Amino acid sequence: MSVTLLFAIVLALAFVGYLLGRANASGLKAAGNSLHSIPPYHGYFVALWCGLPAFLLVFIWQAAQSTVVDQLLLASLPPHLTEGMTPARVSLMLGEIKNVAAGRMFGTPDQAIIDAAARYQSLQNTASLAMVVCTLAAAVAGIAFARSRLSPEFRARNRVDGILRWLLIVCSILAILTTLGIILSLVIESWAFFSRVPVAEFLFGLNWSPQTPIRADQVASTGAFGAVPVFWGTIFISVIAMLVALPVGLFSAIYLVEYADKRVRSVVKPLLEILAGIPTIVYGFFAVLTVAPFIREFGMSLGLSVASNSALAAGGVMGIMIIPFISSFSDDAITAVPQSMRDGAYALGATKAETIRQVLLPAALPGIVGGVLLAVSRAIGETMIVVMAAGLTATLTVNPLEGVTTVTVQIVTLLIGDTEFDSPKTLAAFGLGLVLFISTLALNILALQVVKRYRERYE
Amino acid sequence: MSDTAAQGTGRRAWYEPDAKLKRRHAADRRLRAYGVAAILFALAMLMTLVGTILVTAAPAVTQTMVTLEVEVPEGAVNPSDPRGGSYQKILNESVARLFPEVDTPRELRELRQLFSNGGQYALRDKVVADTSLIGRTFDITFPLSDIGDQLHKGVIGRDLPSDQRRVSDEQIGWYDRLVEQGRISAPLNWGLIFNADSRFPELAGLWGALVGSFYALLICFLVSFPVGIAAAVYLEEFAPKNRFTDLIEVNINNLAAVPSIVFGLLGLAVFLNFFGMPRSAPIVGGLVLSLMTLPTIIIATRAALKAVPPSIREAAIGVGASRMQTVGHHVLPLAMPGILTGTIIGLAQALGETAPLLLIGMNAFITAAPDSMFNPSTALPTQIYIWADSPERGFTSRTSAAIIVLLGFLVCMNAIAIYMRKRFERRWS
Repeated sequence: MSVTLLFAIVLALAFVGYLLGRANASGLKAAGNSLHSIPPYHGYFVALWCGLPAFLLVFIWQAAQSTVVDQLLLASLPPHLTEGMTPARVSLMLGEIKNVAAGRMFGTPDQAIIDAAARYQSLQNTASLAMVVCTLAAAVAGIAFARSRLSPEFRARNRVDGILRWLLIVCSILAILTTLGIILSLVIESWAFFSRVPVAEFLFGLNWSPQTPIRADQVASTGAFGAVPVFWGTIFISVIAMLVALPVGLFSAIYLVEYADKRVRSVVKPLLEILAGIPTIVYGFFAVLTVAPFIREFGMSLGLSVASNSALAAGGVMGIMIIPFISSFSDDAITAVPQSMRDGAYALGATKAETIRQVLLPAALPGIVGGVLLAVSRAIGETMIVVMAAGLTATLTVNPLEGVTTVTVQIVTLLIGDTEFDSPKTLAAFGLGLVLFISTLALNILALQVVKRYRERYE
Repeated sequence: MSDTAAQGTGRRAWYEPDAKLKRRHAADRRLRAYGVAAILFALAMLMTLVGTILVTAAPAVTQTMVTLEVEVPEGAVNPSDPRGGSYQKILNESVARLFPEVDTPRELRELRQLFSNGGQYALRDKVVADTSLIGRTFDITFPLSDIGDQLHKGVIGRDLPSDQRRVSDEQIGWYDRLVEQGRISAPLNWGLIFNADSRFPELAGLWGALVGSFYALLICFLVSFPVGIAAAVYLEEFAPKNRFTDLIEVNINNLAAVPSIVFGLLGLAVFLNFFGMPRSAPIVGGLVLSLMTLPTIIIATRAALKAVPPSIREAAIGVGASRMQTVGHHVLPLAMPGILTGTIIGLAQALGETAPLLLIGMNAFITAAPDSMFNPSTALPTQIYIWADSPERGFTSRTSAAIIVLLGFLVCMNAIAIYMRKRFERRWS
């Protein structure tokens, strides 16, 4: 039975519980009792007691089942199969057993494997059946328990409110759990990585070539994990992006707030915001399809050699993506400066440009700087544009016409198509992810601090 | 403000501006010009982006088809098991009948390159659907191959020297003969929407990706909508002001700014490795996307709840409602338009998100739409990524067409959001 069907049945049971509870309470009322809560609340109480434990059980069961079944299966395997094997080989064999169980056979597997597949199948069936039985039992038991609590004096409404309140709290804790999950998964995997590659080599090494040999006798580099060229590439592309986005965003914000009339503003502002709504994969394709060839041909016509995945193309397109961030943050910051300050400047005979440069921009600076910092953090974490348009090889260069690679590109290329989690190559991705997470977090906190600390208050 | 400026210029008749004032006004005009230039640059980039995508997508609107006369001999297909027939051979024979002068193996191979590999399956499906066709001669229409398609659409230049183009002179000749015989047609390319992925551009379509994206968004909605509302209601209506709720708030704001690829790493480490969920499955993609969408929905819901005036709550509590009833019966329904608007915008963002889906393996090559949310599948943006990476020329226009499909969905979702905001927004005065 599929989990979806089970969910539906539990929902139906909860509804039955609601009807039962309500009928109970109505019966009590008809018998001349005065109830504390109206009958529907008795129904909700029963329904919650029916549904919540059952759903919780399904979730926990689903999360634990595959691990438990795998362990049981491993324990039941004949010892000659598992003796002296590395965990990687064991997981390969588990995969083979599951494939055979699902009917996907390659060649003629070992008889022991076929037996194990049959055992796996029966374990799975037993587990699924047990889950259905336990869940339904929990649901019915919930109904029975809740119904036994119902009485005229029973404070059903307060109980239901209490349960709902706890549900709300659990939901808001999910935000903390997500952060915790991010930090834990990054730190644990990075820990495994740094136990093989020293932290200092990772942070300060100048050579990045994460391809490790697959066989021991292979003639290949043993893998170098000095991430400085990767960090440099990220910073370089972000700087190029900001060089495009900062002037364009700032000047358009100044124009829209101070010069443009209402009609122009109401048309142009949403148009600029469209740029922020376009998915990054579209920008990536645009960079590959149009911008990179254009820059390449333009450079060629000047006699320059331009890489087809130049940092300029990736950074430039990323800059276009970031324009609306800068412009809307600057827009808000400039608009927030009170009219009296403009009037004061005009009264002293300043032109509009002088007012903007010497009065409005200094007053709006914290907001603008905060926006720029957020935009930089966005640029560092941006993935698809650079995955498609930037290079794969890590080079330390200041020439924007050459290809550089970035942290996000490396994370994607290290992890795509790889399911093994014991090579330094895949673990390196989590090391890079940790650096990325910490740096974007630091930038965001810094941005908030700048806005908070230096914002002028006009009262 | 603009009035003062206008008056200033008007008075210049009796006031002779000196050089310094001229300079100052010139600086003012320069700043204005920079602003106009910046806006024009940004808009020009937007136009170029949309324009190039539209232009490159244009060839994918139609698909070049060929109509061949095939004869299915009695012995070639077993009527009780029509799936097992050797349809490629039957097709090859009918192609050879059309071009009897082609006999060397090299030429035959080149000739067959004009026709799609999908022809045999089209023929098979037709025969399986109607076994009375066995032993008869009938017409069948199926796609030309990528090079034939490109030839028809003029993407391959005929004027180029033959060693620089992907089709030989003979292939062009055969193609022209097919055109003369009226066997070539170019109907609307419905296959782009309704086919699943394929290695051959002329057969590749978005159906698998659309279904995958639908499942992922469904999960994303089912998880993030109730949870987001619950979290926002707690923080806005119930939470006491203490360090714990502060921690939650800081967390939510930070999550909104975490790069999407980090969520991909989370999904890989937690959902795939720790919980052992299936790789490439829409359920995992949907869960990762819902964690990303959650902050958006929470922030939008809190704004919508804040906009409901306190008098509503006071009135409800005044007539004896509990706080939960106040929120459930009055505040939430009034805030719902704002919440739904925020949710749709969050879902639109989730639909376009690519990086986390790559990390959990939703860029696999899968030639059938998923049956359920637990089967491996692609999603719309990852399908675009796969096609953009494919070397065949035909995929370039199909990638652009897929982008237009994606942008179309985004435009619709945002239009609904804007409409709802306009239609249901209440002004409390």
